[in-house]
Amino acid sequence: MTEEKEFKNLVVQGAVYKTTYTWKFENRLNWEAPNPNHIYSFIPGTIIDIFVKPKEKVKEGQTLLLLEAMKMQNQVRMPFDGEIVKIYVTKDEVIPRKHLMLEIKPVRIK
Amino acid sequence: MSLRSNVLDLRKRKREVQKGGGDKAIEKQAKMGKLTARERILALLDKNSFHEYDLFVEHSARDFGMDTKVLHGDGVIIGTGTIYNKPVCIFAQDFTVAGGSLGLMHARKITKIMDHALKMRVPLIGINDSGGARIQEGVNSLAGYGEIFFRNTLASGVIPQISVILGPCAGGAVYSPALTDFVFMVENISKMFITGPSVIKSVLGEEISMEELGGAKVHAELTGNAHFYATSELECFEQIKKLISYIPRNNGAKAMPFPPKPPKKGKKVEDLVPSDPRIPYDMRDFIKTITDNSEFFEVMELFAPNIIIGFGRMDGETVGFVANQPMVLAGVLDTDSSDKAARFIRYCDAFNIPIVTLEDLPGYLPGVDQEHAGVIRHGAKILYAYSEATVPKVTVILRKAYGGGYIAMNSRHLRADFVFAWPTAEIAVMGPEGAANIVFRKEISESENPEETRQHKIQEYKEKFANPYVAAAQGYIDEVIEPRETRGRILHALQISENKSVHLPNKKHGIPPF
Repeated sequence: MTEEKEFKNLVVQGAVYKTTYTWKFENRLNWEAPNPNHIYSFIPGTIIDIFVKPKEKVKEGQTLLLLEAMKMQNQVRMPFDGEIVKIYVTKDEVIPRKHLMLEIKPVRIK
Repeated sequence: MSLRSNVLDLRKRKREVQKGGGDKAIEKQAKMGKLTARERILALLDKNSFHEYDLFVEHSARDFGMDTKVLHGDGVIIGTGTIYNKPVCIFAQDFTVAGGSLGLMHARKITKIMDHALKMRVPLIGINDSGGARIQEGVNSLAGYGEIFFRNTLASGVIPQISVILGPCAGGAVYSPALTDFVFMVENISKMFITGPSVIKSVLGEEISMEELGGAKVHAELTGNAHFYATSELECFEQIKKLISYIPRNNGAKAMPFPPKPPKKGKKVEDLVPSDPRIPYDMRDFIKTITDNSEFFEVMELFAPNIIIGFGRMDGETVGFVANQPMVLAGVLDTDSSDKAARFIRYCDAFNIPIVTLEDLPGYLPGVDQEHAGVIRHGAKILYAYSEATVPKVTVILRKAYGGGYIAMNSRHLRADFVFAWPTAEIAVMGPEGAANIVFRKEISESENPEETRQHKIQEYKEKFANPYVAAAQGYIDEVIEPRETRGRILHALQISENKSVHLPNKKHGIPPF
């Protein structure tokens, strides 16, 4: 065990094991609780239109933008009544999957 | 005309067809660093053993100007031959003929040799090098693939099926190799994917090279689709020959015995395996201390290396090894390693190969990614495979065997025939650290110096439960053995199990958690 310094620690049920990692283990996605105020792309594609502006108040179900992917125009809708905080994409932009498109916040709308 | 001139005419015809796609196409194939289909077959089989069939088959396409085209052998060579004097059926797609594309007659040649292999109960080797479906033949080419997949499934578990990917293998074509037992791939030559880089780019905007998307390394390391990875075609053929030497020719036979040889003299077992279960070692080094001539032929070496699977011989007989690898991720079970081991166990069981399980694991890998990737359903595969296997099953617990991992790794409870444990074995519901925290939670939190109490309690638990004797007292372990007795004990266990006969409930088939 001369090469001991190359080993890494893996904790399983309180015990610390000396071992090595695999590429998959090192590159695993760390879980983050989803933030309901962030709207991410669920598929890579092109933003073909944006219908809202920052600070605009938007009702639940209203279409925010169009994301074209796989020759389909997907309407991205407002998940709840609220306000647009920031728009991170521009028209005609090509974006990957899980790309932050909009930041919103819940606001009561009469 | 004399018979002689007919023979000369036949020879001329054969020479013509054997050229495949012609000199130019062959030159192109060589430029890609690839052998031709015929060269591959000759390199793989015993000298002068290849016998070809269906050389003069012509394609049957009539549309899109195909009626005027001649495709020699319709882009595939089929035949029979021997490897180490044992019979095999073989087909090799010829990329020099219309890119090895699969049309109706091409598929018929393949299914003919598949039917033959199944009927004669001999291994089938398929060399894949094809651009895919022959578009001009439309649905007939799809029908061809379907007929091949169906036969792959029928033959599964009856004859060994080996797929060698030596060129592109894309779209539906990938499913024949995926249905077979062992897939061989070669760096820079083999490519496998459902959807190619150009389509992925146009639809999703993701740019990736063929090698990065579906090269040999990717399938050997990440996807687990390939079982063997080689850097050249010749190395790949050597691997195939070696595999053939370890496995029986069908499910009614036993693997060919070799002259028994003792393991090579090397490091002592006592110096190889540290007694502290948290310190790693390379399990393969240990396997080599118990196999004949210290030889171990590893399968899926690069995929999920936290578990080791492969073949070795003990007293000349083939044995399948399943072993945790403390050197990688402490040897935990996870989605990939469960998949890997479960399929191998089922392979050994189908082909009468006894299974030796070497156990040293802390349990299942914790993590959200594992849970969300379905570690429950993947982990269940290993339980299913061991429970269902009726070949002789021997387990040796080297060090830790905690919780669900202990049950999964061919425990007595899943009907292991023999379970041995080293004196270093810790068979417990979890490691001392975790257990002490739960069992003595109150005492630890209420004490003046919790950390000191914790350490004290861990030690207490360790002495009482982290040993093989509690399980041995229940008869779950058949015997606690000295490490250097391991080979002898396994050999005897296998010898005693030679005529093992168990009968499972009658059923059409089980429903494993695929």
